Amino acid sequence: MHKHILFILALALTFSFRASAQSFLENSQVSGSFQTDAQYYMLDQGIGITDLNGKKFGINGFGKLNYTNGNFSAGIRFEAFLPEMNGFRSELNGVGLANFFASYDNGFIGMTVGDIYDQFGSGLVFRTYEEWSLGMDNALRGARVVFRPTKGVTLKAVYGRQRYYWAPYLERDFAADDYRGIVRGIDADWDLNQSIPALNESKFKMSLGGSFVSKKQFDQSSFYNIPLNVGAAAARINLGYGGFAFSTEYAYKVNDPSAINNFIYKEGRAILSSLSYSQKGFGAVLQVKRVDNMSFKSMYTGKQNNLDINFIPPINYTHTHSLPSMYTYSTQPNGEMAAQLQINYTIPKGTALGGKYGTKLAFNMSQVNDIVRDSVAFGNQIGLNEPGTLGYTSKFFAISNHRFFRDINFEIDKKIGKNWHLTAQYINLYYDIETIEGHAGAPVVKANIAFLDATYKINKRQSLRLELQGLWENEVYAGYEYEESEKKDYQKRGDWLAALLEYTITPHWSFSIADKWNYGNPVPEFRDHYFTGSVSYIHDATRIMLSAGRQSEGVVCVGGVCRTVPASSGVSLTVSTSF
Amino acid sequence: MKKLMTLLLMAFVCVGLHAQTKSDLPNVTIKNLDGKDVNISTLSNNGNPIVLTFWATWCGPCIKEHNALNDVYQDWQDETGVAIYAVSIDDSRSTAKVKPTVEGKGWEFNILLDVNSDLKRAMNVSNPPHTFLFDGTGKLVYQHTGYFEGAEEDLYEEILKVAKKKK
Repeated sequence: MHKHILFILALALTFSFRASAQSFLENSQVSGSFQTDAQYYMLDQGIGITDLNGKKFGINGFGKLNYTNGNFSAGIRFEAFLPEMNGFRSELNGVGLANFFASYDNGFIGMTVGDIYDQFGSGLVFRTYEEWSLGMDNALRGARVVFRPTKGVTLKAVYGRQRYYWAPYLERDFAADDYRGIVRGIDADWDLNQSIPALNESKFKMSLGGSFVSKKQFDQSSFYNIPLNVGAAAARINLGYGGFAFSTEYAYKVNDPSAINNFIYKEGRAILSSLSYSQKGFGAVLQVKRVDNMSFKSMYTGKQNNLDINFIPPINYTHTHSLPSMYTYSTQPNGEMAAQLQINYTIPKGTALGGKYGTKLAFNMSQVNDIVRDSVAFGNQIGLNEPGTLGYTSKFFAISNHRFFRDINFEIDKKIGKNWHLTAQYINLYYDIETIEGHAGAPVVKANIAFLDATYKINKRQSLRLELQGLWENEVYAGYEYEESEKKDYQKRGDWLAALLEYTITPHWSFSIADKWNYGNPVPEFRDHYFTGSVSYIHDATRIMLSAGRQSEGVVCVGGVCRTVPASSGVSLTVSTSF
Repeated sequence: MKKLMTLLLMAFVCVGLHAQTKSDLPNVTIKNLDGKDVNISTLSNNGNPIVLTFWATWCGPCIKEHNALNDVYQDWQDETGVAIYAVSIDDSRSTAKVKPTVEGKGWEFNILLDVNSDLKRAMNVSNPPHTFLFDGTGKLVYQHTGYFEGAEEDLYEEILKVAKKKK
């Protein structure tokens, strides 16, 4: 009898063990991706590349593996910059395991150790992320706990030290130029619609959130008294009713003298709000933003694009065509006031203007001005932004006359018949290049930009795309009088024309030739052509792209994919795959 | 009795073995346009195929792809029952523009917001657009990066291969 029972138990155990082993194996999943971007550089007197500085090649590559098994996941990312491509920070030069993590999340509690990417709210006090095409990675190496005690409530805590290229993470290994602090943060998010049953199906939506982040840093200054701990807090609310949505986040940071704010001891503030309305065929969104002394880095001496603890989003329209994207706005963390309005409307199918397929219209306007700064003392005994002082005072609603940026654009997108597709856009741009790019004394870019993007479907498999663009500056053009000593500030200035012709054979091949011509540059020797040719091959999730020619700085979209590229001349190859 | 128990145990073990259906949909929670949490591993479409597409408001080819998909979506749904989930990877720069863009363009897809790129990382997406096709059991059967004019036809052929016979 017992023998039988034992036998059955043994059998059951064996089977259940095999079952669990088998299910363990069956649930194991490995996925990953690889990408290599390589460039071969050539001398090019025409665009001023007279010396390669001993650098003929640039290669950026990564390989990433993810393992998941039910609630468990882990991953590694290996990176190689041998050496880094032009336009990427030289500190990236090297090979190594850049990123790893292990995580368990059962829906109630989640824990991650290793490199953490996360953000609180819209990121005004905390956001870590990685952007390969920019060589940017501010991952937090440490630990994170996510706790969801009840439906709709999420509590998070993070702790760690941020990635600084290849710098080691151990405190005792600090190099003289690396005084990274420790970042700690907590966040709470409460979605009332998910946690209150009566509101589950309500048209009224509401969620609330709050976060607190602090950095513990090391005072390395013999001159300034650098605070040991710098705290920042943010509160947010999202409301919705039917087609309306409103959200706002307000952030506050205590005094945080740094190289970016010129070592002033003023507090920092930021607010980001948006109001939108949408219904089928129509959408409108208005966003406003105010930023005052809100740079927040885990190394107070840092001035580059690294070790940012927070993220202040630029809210203007992101242009992807090569001419408008030459003048892309970037956030001024020391102070700015911005507003943005976007309207999308589709003229319905079957109407006189809508035609057979409908006509898509988009309007966007964004503007950014400086904040107003007043002296902290009566009688101006203390200059504005004087290091070691409170710096300045600023009225919350006062807008300076100093305009950084304005973009007004209008787009029409229309399918004509079965074979033609047209997109056209007009852009009116104001770009304070002195403030945004640091070209002291350079005149503001005031330009009209237009493009036409026409696609013709030859047949089911083949299509041709022609892109024509023009950029015309109002004040800087051929014949503009410039100081000989400031000549280099006029690179890329003045009028441009650009054309691109792309031939695609779906689903694999794309061939394109393009030229950008700075024909209206005030400096005759800068009136260059940027000619490129490229071939790309796509098979499922693998993409190979080979291109040759001159590339000026900007965002390039060819073969259906966009990425940012620095100026260069030569041959480049991109291979990427994921599985 | 013992034999019955043995059989029951065996049956239990066997059921346990066969209940393991492998899904390639990752255990990642992101939000939909209403702010509701959506765990990707729990997506289901009554045994019909699911398409996940990664896009962003600032990505030209993505807009083209989704405009093209939107033109045929109704027909595809009628013929194969497929459901398309368009995952926006817009971050806080442009999250607020997602809904007005989607509505303004009249897209009919289910829209998900991957504000922190959690799903993008978990699914190894490098550049948008990137399209994934899962069969009715959640098994990944096809993926494609980039968008060329007319590429939705190839996606549709792949959908037809895994769709349950409707007609």
